[in-house]
Amino acid sequence: MPALNGFAPTSSHAKDPPMTQRIEARFEKCRAEGRAALVTYIMAGDPDPETSLAILRSLPKAGADIVEFGLPFTDPMADGPAIQAAGLRALKVGQDTVKTLDLIRRFRAEDQDTPVILMGYFNPIFVYGVDRFLADAKEAGVDGLIVVDLPPEEDDELCLPALKAGLAFIRLATPTTDDKRLPAVLANTAGFVYYVSITGITGAATPDFGKVATAVERIKRHTPLPVVVGFGVKNGAHAAAVAEGADGVVVGSALIDALKATLDDQDRATVGSVEAVTKLVKELSEGVRSVAKRAAA
Amino acid sequence: MSAQAQPNSFRTGPDERGHFGQFGGRFVAETLMPNILELEKAYEEARNDPAFHADMEYFSKHYIGRPSPLYFAERMTEHLGGAKIYFKREELNHTGAHKVNNVLGQILLARRMGKKRIIAETGAGQHGVATATLCARFGLECVVYMGAVDVERQKPNVFRMNMLGAKVVPVQSGTKTLKDAMNEALRDWVTNVADTFYCIGTVAGPHPYPAMVRDFQCVIGEETRAQMMEAEGRLPDSLVACIGGGSNAIGLFHPFLDDKGVEIYGVEAAGHGLSNLHAASLSGGRPGVLHGNRTYLLMNRDGQIADAHSISAGLDYPGIGPEHAWLHEMGRVNYISATDDEALEAFQLCARLEGILPALEPSHALAKVMELAPKKPKDHLMVVNISGRGDKDLFQIAEHLGSKIA
Repeated sequence: MPALNGFAPTSSHAKDPPMTQRIEARFEKCRAEGRAALVTYIMAGDPDPETSLAILRSLPKAGADIVEFGLPFTDPMADGPAIQAAGLRALKVGQDTVKTLDLIRRFRAEDQDTPVILMGYFNPIFVYGVDRFLADAKEAGVDGLIVVDLPPEEDDELCLPALKAGLAFIRLATPTTDDKRLPAVLANTAGFVYYVSITGITGAATPDFGKVATAVERIKRHTPLPVVVGFGVKNGAHAAAVAEGADGVVVGSALIDALKATLDDQDRATVGSVEAVTKLVKELSEGVRSVAKRAAA
Repeated sequence: MSAQAQPNSFRTGPDERGHFGQFGGRFVAETLMPNILELEKAYEEARNDPAFHADMEYFSKHYIGRPSPLYFAERMTEHLGGAKIYFKREELNHTGAHKVNNVLGQILLARRMGKKRIIAETGAGQHGVATATLCARFGLECVVYMGAVDVERQKPNVFRMNMLGAKVVPVQSGTKTLKDAMNEALRDWVTNVADTFYCIGTVAGPHPYPAMVRDFQCVIGEETRAQMMEAEGRLPDSLVACIGGGSNAIGLFHPFLDDKGVEIYGVEAAGHGLSNLHAASLSGGRPGVLHGNRTYLLMNRDGQIADAHSISAGLDYPGIGPEHAWLHEMGRVNYISATDDEALEAFQLCARLEGILPALEPSHALAKVMELAPKKPKDHLMVVNISGRGDKDLFQIAEHLGSKIA
């Protein structure tokens, strides 16, 4: 069975399916404010479930427009040391997929508008059971999924079932995704496109921000979806530089590093843990908001 | 084993998307997909190019020392009192194990593709040594990722790789063994996609690796077929090989999969026992997705990968090649397991009866030969793959047997 058969690309239609409503509304709001969106990533259960929920809840107030919540996995083969360690800290205190969905449910009870993206690797989802996972994630208030080890060649596994279940499957595009391959990568993606600005793992090299705008333009020639850019963004100045050329800026490892710096010698949260993250998010938010973009055409 | 319909042939897989039944596939980050597609295309071209095969044959004969002998283990046969036992002597290959068969193929392919930098993961160090060796021979840069725990228990091989000019990177993440070395190699590849060739050491990883590595290892079974015909005038009755990822086993088994009369036994590492810490993915695991393919994995209820344990660093992996997972579900191969203690006992028996020090990996296969052979008639021909030599394991074996090597 061909991988990309049977489903029309959901992205290129004027009337998007309901699943992307929160995501779409949020990008609409940012466009109206004439700025790029700030997308933040933290790991569920790091360093413990309650602290990670407290951080998640503080993010929108600090200026995050979309929140990504990491699903811990023992073998995150595309992640750098910061996110690897965060996942292991979470697993050590017993975080799992059921508990992660519970945290999202509690977040959603207080915040109806901020899009929540669950990001991780396929094995925990596969083991949970794809159909059951999609139903539970939808019910918990998840809007979209980013699953690093599912390229379009494996769309039958989760991407197509997710679209059917009303969850956006957000795809990563990379510098190695050439123009010939882009249409396949974008075909079943929804919500937004996540451009990985470097060939490498998370939290490693800082990209050449000058090239980001050109890369985003290339992707936009193939899709009407917003294009956000991540990997290597560490501070407000980086965020501003990326915001120049992209519809959104993703920050992950830097937030995890900020959290890590506050943990005690047994990796437990301290009084300053939540605030250390929100402080950096405020700086990033100011960076993003310092770049005026033309309001939506 | 299962109710699945039996195929006309067990040798036609994988399909064009890299699937053996439900197993295999290409579960990798987008950054790597273009590379994997490029590799697939380059391998297809090489496979159909007589010049590539001529190079393979030349270096197999003159550099590796193939064909490896099929040796009648007369004293072990007498001792066990049943089946007539033959050893396929892969431990006599240059670098001391079957690993070099695959590495030769991949390095010749990397040269065709113009890749100048080679990375590899290694567990026991045999694949790392083979990769470092071929890189030295062809003047290529070589970086080997090895779990910090394995660096400690396989010191002679680390030194060997250094002497051959390779850089050995001890991996400190996760459980610091083979699976983490593979994670780290994949991270390197994601970072250095343009100039780097990832030389995977076993029949796992994303398509086309499981099929490609198998093809390079099939020389073991093809030679065995011809050598057995020459020695006995007929095919063997049974085959036995150890399995970590499963490359030496698939190399021996694959050419015989459609010979229905040939019984096939794959021996996983049962470590301290199957109810304890072990590395037997088929006996103690279930289907999941790791390192680019769907296969049987050791994991917890949440899909978190479990720590594997085996006395043998080469079998200490929580997964298994996807083709083995499929052959297991189809019931074509019998997958059994041997414990650390059984392997140590078999190692000592083989040393004393045959004057051959097998590696701890094939000692697991020998342990099951000790169980299977006595139950077979004297005209039953049993082949066991001695996939590597035991020199690298001597320090560790000495420790287990309570003696000290200075």
